[in-house]
Amino acid sequence: MSGIWNAVFPPGLFTNPLLIHLWIAATVIAVVAGTVGVFVNLRGDAFVAHAVPRGAFAGAAAASLVGANTVLGLGVFAVVMAGAIGMRRQRRANPVDVALILVLALGLGDLFLTLSQAYAPLVFSLLFGQLLGVSATDVWLIGALGVVVLVAVGVVYRPLLLASTAPELAAARGVPIVALNLAFTVLVALAATLTVPVVGALLAFSLMVGPAAAGWYLARTPGRVLGLSVAVAIAVVWIAIVLGYDTNLPIGFLVSALCLAAYVTARAWRWASRKGRSRAGAGAAGSEPLAVG
Amino acid sequence: MDAPNPAAVEPAIAFEAVSVAFGRREVLRGLDFAVAPGSFVGVIGPNGAGKTTVLRLALGLVRPTRGAVRVLGQVVHRGSRALGYVPQSLAAEPDLPLRARDLVGLGLDGERWGLPLPSRTRRRRIDACLERVGALAYADEPVGTLSGGERQRLLIGQALLTDPQILLMDEPLANLDIRSGRAVIDLIATIARERQVTVLFVSHDVNPLVGVLDQVLYLADGRAVLGTVDQVVRSDVLSQLYGRPVEVVRVQGHILVFAGPDVVPLEHGELAAHGRTRSTAGHA
Repeated sequence: MSGIWNAVFPPGLFTNPLLIHLWIAATVIAVVAGTVGVFVNLRGDAFVAHAVPRGAFAGAAAASLVGANTVLGLGVFAVVMAGAIGMRRQRRANPVDVALILVLALGLGDLFLTLSQAYAPLVFSLLFGQLLGVSATDVWLIGALGVVVLVAVGVVYRPLLLASTAPELAAARGVPIVALNLAFTVLVALAATLTVPVVGALLAFSLMVGPAAAGWYLARTPGRVLGLSVAVAIAVVWIAIVLGYDTNLPIGFLVSALCLAAYVTARAWRWASRKGRSRAGAGAAGSEPLAVG
Repeated sequence: MDAPNPAAVEPAIAFEAVSVAFGRREVLRGLDFAVAPGSFVGVIGPNGAGKTTVLRLALGLVRPTRGAVRVLGQVVHRGSRALGYVPQSLAAEPDLPLRARDLVGLGLDGERWGLPLPSRTRRRRIDACLERVGALAYADEPVGTLSGGERQRLLIGQALLTDPQILLMDEPLANLDIRSGRAVIDLIATIARERQVTVLFVSHDVNPLVGVLDQVLYLADGRAVLGTVDQVVRSDVLSQLYGRPVEVVRVQGHILVFAGPDVVPLEHGELAAHGRTRSTAGHA
C-alpha cells in the first residue's frame, strides 16, 4: 500500500520548496483561470483568451532581456495588449490588424530572447510551461494578482453577467457597457499573465477555456458553472503536477490534455443524460415524436 | 425610486421639441408631446420612422440634438429604475446556463455591482413575478430552450421587478405568432391597468393593439402626432403627417393605411415595392 502511495506521491512532492511554490501558484492560477474562463465562454469571446497570452510572451522575453521579473513583464505586456485590442474592437475594427499586432508581439519575443541570449530552456518554458520554475517572488506576485482579479470579478459579476447575456437590457439599465468590456479584457489579460509562467504562452488558453466549457455542460446556472469550472481547473492542475512529477511528462501537455479530457467527458455526460431524459419522456408521452436535439 | 409628484398630473413622458440627428441624417424633427400617466400608448409607424429612437430617448441612451426629454418631470438619466424596458427578443442558445428565473433575477438587480447573494426575499419576489407573467411552470428551464412567447413573458417579468411606473416595449410582437402576440398584449394591458403603469408599446401595426390602446403616437418621416386611434389614424391627419396623400380604410374592423411608395425607406427594395399596392397600417 505504501509502495503505491510512494510511487504516486514520491518523497519531496509536498516538501520540496520549489514544488510547494508550484502547488500554491498552480492552485491560484486554476481558481483565476476557471473563474475568468466562465465569462470568456459566456461572451463567446475566446479570441482575447487565445491571443493575449501569446502577445504577453514578448513581455516575458523583454523582462529577461532587462533582467526584470518575468511575471511582471508578462503582466505589463498582457494588459497593454488587451487594452489595445479592447479599444480597437470597440470601434469594430477589422481584427486583421489586431491579429498582425499579436503576431508581431511573438516576433518581438523572439527578438528580445535572441538579444538577451537566453538559453533554450527558458524560451521553451515560456512557450510551453514548466514544473519547477516558480520562484518565491513569483508565488507572491501570482497570489496578489490572483486576489486582485478575483475581487474585480466579484465586483463586476452582476453587470458583466447581464451585459454578456442580454446586452440590450444592460444598456437600458445604465450599465456602462464600453467600460465594462474594456475592464473584462484587462481581467483576461491578468488571468493570462498568471497562467503563462506555469502552463506556457501557447497552452494557457486551454486552462482559461477548457474547465469553464466543461462546467458549462454540467450545470444550468451561472453560479454553478463557475463553481464547477474552478473545481475542474484545480483538479486539472493538481493531477498534472503529480503526473508531471512522476513521469517527467511536460506540464503544458498534461494541462491541455486533461482540459480536453474534462471537456469531452462533460459533453458526453450531458449527451447521455439528455438521451436518458428524452427516453424517459418518450415512455411517459407514449408515441409522441421527439424533437431531434 | 423617483416618487411621483402628487401635486399635479405630471406627464409620465414629455418630449419638448425634440430633434435627433445621427450625423447628417435627421431621424426625428421637433417631436412635441406629453403622455399622461397610466395611459397605454402605441408607438406606430413604418420602418425607419424613428420608433425605436423614441424609446432610446426615453431611456437616456440617445441624447436629443435639440429639445429635452422628461420622464416623470425630470430630465432623463440612464438606468432609471422607474423605467422598465422590454426588448424585442432575447437571443440565447439552448446550452446557455441561464434559467428562466436567473434571467428574471437579473431584472431585479442585474445592473448592481457585486455578487448576487441568494436570499428568501429575493427568491419570493422572483417567484411572484414569474407567477404574474405566467412563467412559473418553466421557471427552472434554460432560457435557450424556451419559445419566443415564453421568452417574451420573461422579458416582461424582468422589466416589472423594479416596480417601474413606465414600461417601454420595443416591438415585442415582431418575433411572435399571432396567438402568442395576442397573449402578450393581454398580459401587458392587464398589468398596466393593475399597477397604473404607463406603457409605450412599439409596433409597426396598429391593428393588434386597437382594443387596448388609449392613444397612438404615430410616427412618419421623423415627425409624430399623438391622439386616440380615431383622432389620428385618419386620412387627413396621416396625409398631413406624411406630407403626401395617405388613405385610411377600415374593413371589418381592420385598419388599412395606404401610403405612397416612398413611405418605406428604400434600403429594402422589395418592401418599398410593397408600399404602393397593399400597405396595411402594418407597412409590413
